[in-house]
Amino acid sequence: MAQDLVEALVNMKEKEALSIVEGSLESDGDPNDILASCSEAMQIVGERFQEGSYFLPELIMSGEMLKKIATILKPHMATQAASEKKLGRVVLGTVRGDIHDIGKDIVGFVLDVNGFEVTDLGINVPEQKFVDAVRDLSPDVLALSGFLTIAFDTMKSTIAAVAEAGLRDGLRVIIGGGQIDETVRAFTGADAYGANAMAAVAYAKEMVGVN
Amino acid sequence: MSAASEKSWNDLSGLERRAVRFAKWLDPEGVTFRDAEAESAYKQRVTRLIDAIELEKAPDRVPVLTKMGFYPAHRAGLTPYDAMNDTDRALEAWFRATLELQPDGLISPVHNTMPAKAFELLDYRLYDWPGHNLPEDAGYQYNEDEYMTPEEYDHLIEDPSDFLWRVYLPRIVGAYKGFGILSPAYDMVELPFSTAHIGPWGAPDQQDGFDRLAAAGREVGAWAEKVFPMIAQMQGAGFPDYWGYATKAPFDFIGDSLRGTRGVIVDMFKKPEKLIEACDRLAPLMVRWALAHTTVDSAPGIFIPLHKGADGFMSDEQFRTFYWPSLKKVLLGLIDHGFVPWLFAEGGYNSRLEAIAELPKGTTVWMFDRTDMVEAKKIIGGTACIQGNVPLSMMHMSTPEEVTDYCRELINTAGRGGGFILDVGANMESPKEENVLAMIQAAKQYGIYS
Repeated sequence: MAQDLVEALVNMKEKEALSIVEGSLESDGDPNDILASCSEAMQIVGERFQEGSYFLPELIMSGEMLKKIATILKPHMATQAASEKKLGRVVLGTVRGDIHDIGKDIVGFVLDVNGFEVTDLGINVPEQKFVDAVRDLSPDVLALSGFLTIAFDTMKSTIAAVAEAGLRDGLRVIIGGGQIDETVRAFTGADAYGANAMAAVAYAKEMVGVN
Repeated sequence: MSAASEKSWNDLSGLERRAVRFAKWLDPEGVTFRDAEAESAYKQRVTRLIDAIELEKAPDRVPVLTKMGFYPAHRAGLTPYDAMNDTDRALEAWFRATLELQPDGLISPVHNTMPAKAFELLDYRLYDWPGHNLPEDAGYQYNEDEYMTPEEYDHLIEDPSDFLWRVYLPRIVGAYKGFGILSPAYDMVELPFSTAHIGPWGAPDQQDGFDRLAAAGREVGAWAEKVFPMIAQMQGAGFPDYWGYATKAPFDFIGDSLRGTRGVIVDMFKKPEKLIEACDRLAPLMVRWALAHTTVDSAPGIFIPLHKGADGFMSDEQFRTFYWPSLKKVLLGLIDHGFVPWLFAEGGYNSRLEAIAELPKGTTVWMFDRTDMVEAKKIIGGTACIQGNVPLSMMHMSTPEEVTDYCRELINTAGRGGGFILDVGANMESPKEENVLAMIQAAKQYGIYS
């Protein structure tokens, strides 16, 4: 079962994947094994995305298939699967004034399959919400996303608000999005910018000391 | 040209039709020039743009255009909210931007001064706008959702307009709610069948919608009565309009507005044939859409904002399967009607350049954002005019000297031999004015072809 499920998921065969999951549950398979296969499949999808053979469509389709499997598994899960050890914690969100989510979601997905615990605050996130999340969760990395030019200013004010709250020391801030480059990084006071999702992962790994 | 004008429009080839459009562009209907100087500046600018588009010879110098959103409002001390609520002040601001910045084409107010009140009256839900779920200093933004279900592809394919009127519009616009109970228009061809169509117009649900549509229509009518004379005034001051209307890539029409990003991507895997069929079905309608809003006197460019075909959004194979074939049909259709498709390839298009190179020479303009302009020149320089791409970050944060250096480099590489329009990469909202002026000046100072 395990290998079939991994293959079906990696090859974006939703029908096949769902029927394997249902068949396994009918024959009293362990939901945790199914989850393990899902996680293995997502690892491969993430790798292919990083190599450039998979693109946004495969990431989104994977997310859709996982949502469906999670719905099927829910009633069968007596206990939560033991949470695996995470590499580090990332707080992620699209800054105030901007409601774009695709780039942010890609970064969240790729960080997640690379072993990070990702808290996604969503879109159009006010400065204070980022400050609160940084205070409450003590992340290793704060990742700010934005597509519009208004995000230049709100990334800057978000980073300033975090600093004013006394939370900037030791926190690494990375920014990314359509128009973000080194010039914007310097303007906002971020530590780094990512031209794509892989850059965000490489940076987060470097920050927590793994490669 | 003279031979062409003796033939009827239907008998002309695409290039002959374009020659007619270009001639009218040079000598625009309904425009009174301020003075001889403005008229000669206008003609020089149009000629410069035509030379850049046709790729037959280098223009006198590199043309420069200025892609912008609400920047004319910002620089006049107005917010986007003001721009969409005070037409008179907004138009004055756009006029001043054109006169003071002096680019080679007018800065059109059409896409940023639309009256917010009309959208309020209609309960238009597809976007939020300043003062409506967004702060007054923010631009309008799209509310993406799955407005069409995957089961509705057949209706869309069989009868797109019927689907849009009776299913889609009632979902996205409150005032169209009652249209959901209307019957198809076919009933009206026979008196004895017609009652089935006529009856639902009298349903109580309809009246409120009619009232709101009429009120919104009057708002837009009053706005249009001011906007179009202003555009003629800008032309009269020497600045050509260059886009007669707009259209979209069929894949984006479906992916942006009907199914949403997630929806259309899931369809790529689960309903690929339906998605492709729908894109093909829409292709000629995307051409018709532009035709419906233009005459032979309209500016020849057709603006096409591209969204989901950029690098990273899909693989090249997916691009060539789902995105490009129907877009190419739209482009060839527009070219056949004598238009100049003017595509805004926002993001990066580095992996799509080979596809673009398949288009007929000198028929399209590609506005690039993050695409490598040197590569673009190399791969499609013999095919299409390229436009761009000073980064917005630079316009916001760099010094004028840095902007000048960047532009000189662009002119020397992407601009070599013509076929190039200097511009920013994407819409400016609140750049430093001195940087905008530095870009425009760079074209005038360093862009002269000898």
